[in-house]
Amino acid sequence: MSRLSRFALLPLLIVVSALTLGTADTQARFTDLGHKLMCMCGCDQILLECDHIGCPDAAKESQELTAAIGTGESDTAVMEAFQAEYGPTVLAAPWLSRFNIVAWVVPPALLLIGLFGTFALVRKWRLRAASMPVVPNDPASRDLRERIRKETQL
Amino acid sequence: MPAFGSFALLVALLLSAYNLLAGGVALRQLATGSRGAFSPERMAETARRAGIASFFAVSCAAFALVWAAFTNDFRLVYILDHSNRALPWPYKFAALWSGQEGSLLLWAWLLAGYGFVLRLRHKVDVKLTAYASTILAGIQVFFLLLVNVAATPFSLVQGAVPPDGNGLNPLLQYPEMVIHPPMLYLGYVGFSVPFAFALGALMMRYPGEKWIHITRRWTMVTWLFLTVGIFLGMHWAYNVLGWGGYWGWDPVENASLMPWLTGTAFLHSVMMQEKRGMMKSWNVWLIFSTFLLSILGTLLTRSGLVSSVHAFAQSSIGTWFWVFLVLVLAVCLFAYIINRDHLKTEHKLESLASRESSFAFNNLVLLLACFTVLWGTLFPILSEFAQGNKVTVSAPFYNRVAVPVGVFLLFLTGIGPLLAWRSTSLRSVRKNFVVPGIAALVVAIAVIPLGVHPWTIFTTDHEGAFYAWVTFALAGFVATAIFAEFFRGARVIQKHTAQNLLSSAVQLTRRNTRRYGGYIVHFGVVLIFIGIAGQAFNTSVEQTMSYKQTMNIGPYQIECMDYSQDTNANYDSTYAILDVYRNGHKITQLDPAIRFYQASQQPSTIVANHSTLLWDLYVVYAGTDPQTGQPVIKAFLNPLVAWIWIGLLVTIFGTLVALFPNLTAALAAQRSRVPAAAGHEQLVAGRAGD
Repeated sequence: MSRLSRFALLPLLIVVSALTLGTADTQARFTDLGHKLMCMCGCDQILLECDHIGCPDAAKESQELTAAIGTGESDTAVMEAFQAEYGPTVLAAPWLSRFNIVAWVVPPALLLIGLFGTFALVRKWRLRAASMPVVPNDPASRDLRERIRKETQL
Repeated sequence: MPAFGSFALLVALLLSAYNLLAGGVALRQLATGSRGAFSPERMAETARRAGIASFFAVSCAAFALVWAAFTNDFRLVYILDHSNRALPWPYKFAALWSGQEGSLLLWAWLLAGYGFVLRLRHKVDVKLTAYASTILAGIQVFFLLLVNVAATPFSLVQGAVPPDGNGLNPLLQYPEMVIHPPMLYLGYVGFSVPFAFALGALMMRYPGEKWIHITRRWTMVTWLFLTVGIFLGMHWAYNVLGWGGYWGWDPVENASLMPWLTGTAFLHSVMMQEKRGMMKSWNVWLIFSTFLLSILGTLLTRSGLVSSVHAFAQSSIGTWFWVFLVLVLAVCLFAYIINRDHLKTEHKLESLASRESSFAFNNLVLLLACFTVLWGTLFPILSEFAQGNKVTVSAPFYNRVAVPVGVFLLFLTGIGPLLAWRSTSLRSVRKNFVVPGIAALVVAIAVIPLGVHPWTIFTTDHEGAFYAWVTFALAGFVATAIFAEFFRGARVIQKHTAQNLLSSAVQLTRRNTRRYGGYIVHFGVVLIFIGIAGQAFNTSVEQTMSYKQTMNIGPYQIECMDYSQDTNANYDSTYAILDVYRNGHKITQLDPAIRFYQASQQPSTIVANHSTLLWDLYVVYAGTDPQTGQPVIKAFLNPLVAWIWIGLLVTIFGTLVALFPNLTAALAAQRSRVPAAAGHEQLVAGRAGD
């Protein structure tokens, strides 16, 4: 992809995003937040995925969530309220705060280090790569090589 | 029978201990040239035979436990806790692995079974097999110690024997549960064999790469078992747990995924060692890690260190696993430090645009994926240690961190086959990328009108649609690259044999089963990724339904025709009968239910699923309205789930193809009725780029 088309794509995406921008309705917020919270009955499942028949907590938490969304609180405020009531384990993933940042940063940092390391290693090895072995240059080998190249299109 | 089982386990332990000690002494004498009262060769042979005999002893113990389940011998605590009289017979068989003690016995039995085959096939390489057999005996001793001392399955009930058992966990009373755990365990345990060969080859400074050739089939079969085990577990979770998904990033699921990821990396990187003598240390550590991760996963999920939905097998045997893990790691480190000069690489990477380089990146990404899973699994413990409180690391974390890694891996799956060994010219890269690149672009545009809107990543905090869009585009790229590979090779054969293209492709595959079988596996992976990407568009509706009341989801209308109750000796069930309509035509009837098992006094959902290639209509009986007594029905519309199971079948087929021996040049020429010399040239063409 050329540099021009890469830059052309960005405003296009922004325009499309702006056109489709809308406020999430209550049901969508409930589904979204319900998948970011855990059921606290001890089943270790996402709130809206709790399959525990007759679960004592899932229904109660769902009602609290519906009520909190109904009051017009922001998502962050709803999550904070749940955290205050049930403790940090109610959040399905650690928030970006203090030590929890480490959870999010380490895997991508390792990916970058790994990619950089592999590139550097290949570059270092390339600089001292061994010369190509001598291949017989007789007509038969040459013809065969040419035929293989043609037929396999590699 | 309990006494017979206990005795058999004790005999198995003694035989394995003899195999370890006598085998160790014999190999030491052979290495140093010293001789004792017995010749080391003779001692090694007796050790091998003891190892073979240990399989029969463990088999007797496993038989004793299954027999006890079938004869309702509730004198045994294990049978009392995991079976009952009304339990159907396949589940009585499954009782063998439904609890801690039984599953450890299964582990010991499978390990002895693998050892049995390995020791019978010792003529492949007598000395290397002797090393591997002795190392395997060491692992056997650990597991047999566990079932003899820490978690014995033949403990007897104190006092009066109850007339009936407590029954099997209802979640396990599902047909797949009869085959899912053995498959998974065959995978876990099977990695002990390549591990034993790798450690043995390192200890004896085994010359050349023959140990890789010997273990290649072992590793692939093991990998296949683990793959099938993982997917059967997903299918079970999907059809039994009733939450509408198949993967919940539970620690037990993660424990199975970690060795699978490193095992997959090993299967790829050994090719670099075989072809170019590269990455020897890396490969040795990959297989060490795979084995250690199998043990670590077992430790994590059985010690109670991390909490899990799979609570069937938790106990206090964690200390045993910790000691074993540290011991194995110490032995691996020691053997590596002493012999690391033996693992010097013969060649270096020469170009970024090469098959070797793509394998290196593939390994990097697979290992990173493995680390991410391990990191997420262990982070709650780390958090408790560092900040004094536990946090939850569940699906939202993995979806954000692991999904991009998976997408990158899919990209590399497509790139690898397009690159040649050693180095690929820029012209060749450009040429090979054009068709798959166009395919990716076409797919990326085509899916937008179908509702895949990547730009929602900017308007909401949901990245699912964006990743699904990228996955579909990459799936187009990878599938086209794979088909182009088959097409190019098949065309060469077609020119010479005048066969049709399909026959030529079959012959091409048979000439290099490993390479083309691998491509089929990659195609299976593409299908699986497409299926997983569909998850971004799941929808669900929940409603209380009275007689003749309807609910709508996607193109379907669901009408409640009845709701009732039933009972049998094993369970009571409450169910609904639902007619499903599409465009006014009835297409099927679904009957979701809740079962209440009498022996265990536990409920379980029975999901009703109407599966098509496009989506699954997945219906759960979520409960009963306490005021009206009417059923609460939850319906999910899950797109593309069937692609995952089809992808698994393709993956199994591809692995089986790769396990098949290659067609020889002469036979290939004979089959295609052309002279042997021309056949050889075709063979060269078929293997180009291997």
